[in-house]
Order: sequence, then C-alpha cells, then structure tokens
Amino acid sequence: MNLRVTDLACARGPAQILAGVSFAVAPGQALILRGPNGAGKTTLLRTLAGLTPPLAGTIEAEPDAIAYAAHADGLKSALTVEENLAFWAAVFGTRDPAPAIEAFHLGPLLQRRAGEMSAGQKRRLSLARLLVTGRPVWCLDEPTVSLDTENVARFAAAVTAHLKGGGSAVIATHIDLGLPAAETLDITRFVSKRLRADDPFAEAMA
Amino acid sequence: MASIWEYANPRKFMATSAFLLPWTAGIAGVCLVVGLVWGFFFTPDDFRQGSTVKIIYVHVPSAIMAINAWLMMLITSLIWVIRRHHVSALAAKAAAPVGMVFTLIALVTGAIWGQPMWGTWWEWDPRLTSFLILFLFYLGYMALWEAIDNPDSAADLTSVLCLVGSVFAIISRYALVFWNQGLHQGATLSLDREQNIADVFWYPLVITLAGFGFLFVALVLYRTQTEIRARRLKALIAQERMA
Amino acid sequence: MIGLLRRDLTLAIRAGGGFGLSLAFFLIFTTLVPFGVGPETGILSEIAPGVLWLGALLACLLSLDRIFQLDWEDGTLDLMATSPVPLEGLAAMKALAHWITTGLPLVAAAPVLGLLLNLPGPAYPWLVASLALGTPALSAIGTFGAALTVGIKRGGLLLSLLVLPLYVPTLIFGALCVSRATTGQDPLTPLLLVAGITAGSLALLPFAAAAALRVNLR
Repeated sequence: MNLRVTDLACARGPAQILAGVSFAVAPGQALILRGPNGAGKTTLLRTLAGLTPPLAGTIEAEPDAIAYAAHADGLKSALTVEENLAFWAAVFGTRDPAPAIEAFHLGPLLQRRAGEMSAGQKRRLSLARLLVTGRPVWCLDEPTVSLDTENVARFAAAVTAHLKGGGSAVIATHIDLGLPAAETLDITRFVSKRLRADDPFAEAMA
Repeated sequence: MASIWEYANPRKFMATSAFLLPWTAGIAGVCLVVGLVWGFFFTPDDFRQGSTVKIIYVHVPSAIMAINAWLMMLITSLIWVIRRHHVSALAAKAAAPVGMVFTLIALVTGAIWGQPMWGTWWEWDPRLTSFLILFLFYLGYMALWEAIDNPDSAADLTSVLCLVGSVFAIISRYALVFWNQGLHQGATLSLDREQNIADVFWYPLVITLAGFGFLFVALVLYRTQTEIRARRLKALIAQERMA
Repeated sequence: MIGLLRRDLTLAIRAGGGFGLSLAFFLIFTTLVPFGVGPETGILSEIAPGVLWLGALLACLLSLDRIFQLDWEDGTLDLMATSPVPLEGLAAMKALAHWITTGLPLVAAAPVLGLLLNLPGPAYPWLVASLALGTPALSAIGTFGAALTVGIKRGGLLLSLLVLPLYVPTLIFGALCVSRATTGQDPLTPLLLVAGITAGSLALLPFAAAAALRVNLR
C-alpha cells in the first residue's frame, strides 16, 4: 500500500473542514477526489502533503513518498525551463530531467524563460517537476487547469506511465482523465464543517 | 488531585479570575494609596536630591514591573509552545500592553527625575537605553499579534519572537553596559542590607511595589478575560457562519 | 541545498535589485550624511564608524522582505516544504544568499565610502573585519524576521519594527570596534563579541526561522 489514510480530520485555520476520511491507494492505483468548490479538496491534499497538521487520524506512507503539486505553479519567471527543472532536480537529488522534458513536450521551450510562457506552458513545466521528484505518491490539486486537450492527454499519459511503474496518485480534478486504474472518491460525505474539537473556546462560558 | 493546568481551561479560568479580580484590584488600590501617600507626604526629603527623590515610588516599581511583564510573557509563551494551552497564549498577549505602559511610565518618570538631577531629560545611559529598547520590543510584539488573522498562528509566531527577543534583549543589556558606563545611580533595591536605601524610604517603597504588583496581576487578569471573551465571540461567529 | 543557493544567486543577478540596490542605497546614505551634519572633516571622521555601520545595517534591511516573499507568492515555498530539503537548511541557505548578495558587496564598498567620510587610516582593516564578521548576523536575524512576517501582506514595515531592535547588539559592537580603532583603543574585544553574536545567530536562528515558516505554511 503506497498510502493509507485512516479516520483523518482536516482543518483550515480555526475550522474543521473534513472528518472521518479513510481510503487506501495501492501501487498502480489512482484516486480521483471529487466534490464541489470549497468542499475541502485542497485542505485534504495539503494535509496529505504534510503542510497542515491533521486534527485527528493517521496518514501512513513511506517517508518522503509524497510529491505535492498545488494551484500555484512554483516557477521562477526569471529562470528558463531548463533551469527551473534543474533546480528541482537538485533539490530532490540528482535525477535526469530528460524524461520529464519528453513527457510534457518541453524540448522546444527549454531556453525560454518561465515568465515569457503562457499559463498552459507554465502548467506543463510545473507538472514536469513531478517526474523529477522521483516520488511514488503524487498529490495533485487541479493539475489540468489551463491545459488544452492535447496536453491533458499528455498529462494523462504521464500519470498512466507513473502508475504502471508502481506509483500512485491522488488527484483532485473535475475532468475525466481516462486513467486505467482510477477510483473516484466523493469527499462530500466527509464534509463536517464546525469549530475544531481542540478549540477550548467552542464551549459555553460565563 | 487538582493540577495547575486545570486553569488552562477557559471556563475554569473565567470563574477563578472573576473571583480573584476584585481582590487583587482592591489590594492594589489600598497598597497604592497607602504607599504613595506615605511616600509623598510622610517621608523626609533626601539630603542630596531634595523632594525629587519621591518620584522613586512610581519609577522603581513601574521599572520592575516592566521587566516582570516581559518575563511573564516569556513564561506563558513557553507554556503555549510546550503544552498548547490557549489561555496561556492569551495571557501573554494581555500582558504586553500592560508591560508597555509600565515601560513608558518608567521612561517618563526617569526623564522627569533626570532633568533636575543630571540636568538633562534624556541621557544615553545603559539603563535608560535598555528600557527604550524594551519598549521597542513590546511594540514589535504587539504589532505582530495584530497583523496575523489566525489566532493560533499569531500565538505561535509571537511566542517564537518572544523567545528570540528575550535572548537578544539580554545581549543588548550587556552590549549597552559595554558601550557606555552611564550616569544612572546603582540599584535602589538590593538584597545586601548595607547597599540598600534607608528604612524611611524603604517601607513605603515596599508597599508601592506590592501595589504595582497587584495592579499588574489585576490588569492582566482583566485583559485576559477580555481576550477570552473576544475569542469566544469569534468562535460563535464562526460557528454561526458554518451552520 | 547548493542548488538552492545557486538558484537564489542567479535570480538576484537576473531579476535585478539584488547586488545593485543595497549597494546604491549605501552609497546614497553615506553621501547624504555630510549634507546633514556639515562638511567639517573632523566631525565626519569622528562619526564615520557609526555612519558606515548604520548605513550597512539599513542597506541590509532594505532587501529583507524579498527573502521569502517571492517564493511564498509563487508557491515555491509550499513545494520546498514538501521536498527533502529541511526548512532549517532552507532558512540557512536563504540567509547565506542574502549575505552574498547584500552583505558581501557592502563589506567590499565600505572602505571606499570610508574615504568619503575621512575615516582615519588605522581603522580601515577593522572596518572591513567588523563588517565581514557582523553582516552575516544581520542576514541571519533578518531571515528570521522575514520568516515571521512571510504570511502578512505588506509586512515590510512590520518586519523593520521586529528586526531593528534585534540588530542593536550587533550594531553596538560593530561600530564600537571601528571607533575604538580610530582612537587607538583596543578594537579586538568588540570584534570578538561581534563574531560571537554572528556565530550564535547562525547556529540558532535558522531553527527559529524554520519554526516560523512551518507555522506560516500550515
């Protein structure tokens, strides 16, 4: 099992957003998170990535297994595509960026500065970073935003290849990626908006 | 067995502080009136400093409380960081403005005292200067509390600032002594009996000291209550919005 | 972590504002001082140690809010926090990058500006030594302040309010070292104290900065 989540409760600021979230993702499997805007998909992914501490429950994964990709691209506009990738390759230990460049068709853009690219091109570069991390569990927040159909297909192919290699993915998305081993999890049923249980000011007082 | 940590529960704290507040405020009032009247009207003038010495009854206690307030913030911040008791963090927040005002009183009374004694309102003496820097620390600490929306994050960040600031405040103190030897007279209070001031000044000073101490406790209790109510209100509003 | 340092230096060179601005500020500040206090060389050479140190300190302060702010805005900080590089290491590298782009040029420029202010001859080596040993502390303290205020919009002013009191001991010992050298007193003691503050700041503050970053990211 690449990732097992048991009875997880997530908070955003002073409020609990989700409670009782349980799922498991096996190697080669993808989990699609669905739910209306504001349901807590981003909160759940940030909790999985270790940015926000969970209120309750456990997240079981290998240490350093999770690669996180947020709404923001995390690119430096003054650096070229090649330099951006080389930076993340250096951060995650020296990995060859060539497959990542190949998968998202970034070859023609290599010497272009990120600041001069379109939103969709930036998104491709941002997703290519995932391949450079070499981590097995991808946690992706709306990865296809501003991608055209051709590049959505490229992204789906990259995820499929990742799954075939024993990786897994948790993806919050609204479009159908056509992934082979994908399960869908509607998080609406975990939504439990109230004050966090550890907030001592929630109870009545004089 | 009852543990001191029970008071970390806001409700318990509210009940206990509601009981303590009138007592501490009352004792503070009595001590301050007795001590200040005794000090101002029933002690002899100093043979060197004349009647100006009487400002000591405000200056010394407020200076001592200014430092104690920071010490209290340091301890309550540590309790928040280690045990995550919300009331502790709020008590630190509540103590900051009180400590800042005591620092300001110490600075102003010092200037008023310094003018006839040293012939200047302000002197870059290590003690005066370190109180000025302490004042700046209070300002920064309070500004950081105000700037952050999420109360838990604000408590965490101000606690870190308080810890780091304390270390730098101590270094600053020694740096200032190294920098300028200063005009300020030696410590007014000392455990060494020979070094201490004469008994006629000593007794009223002890009473005003107690008065300022109780005043500080009363103000911090009161302000902590206010902070707890504000948090409670915030919680209610949030609950309302989510329902 | 070396990759991080290299990236920050590249960005400082490409995006401008890194090397140049602080240095230009230092120059302008020093040039303005004689307009304020008058051109008498006696007075200038007497206040030169303090003015040079103060100028270097304010020049350092100028670029502090950029340390984490840009990475925060474009989401890099989130991604860095989930990477194998510990946040303590990130904070230390950020401080180092800030020192190389800001502190180091100031150290190099200070003797030239010392000439403008008629700094007495024997003080020059001590000026360079005290700045070289003291500015890393300014960068480390500033990185801590930047980590505290990274989540706050327009936190620049607050950052100055938080950081300046923390700069007091470094400024006192640094300026004292140089001014003692101009009057023929022993400058070594304050220099060693500056070095001590720097060593302590470099050892401890990255941990405080990382703690602050973690709070701001959650």
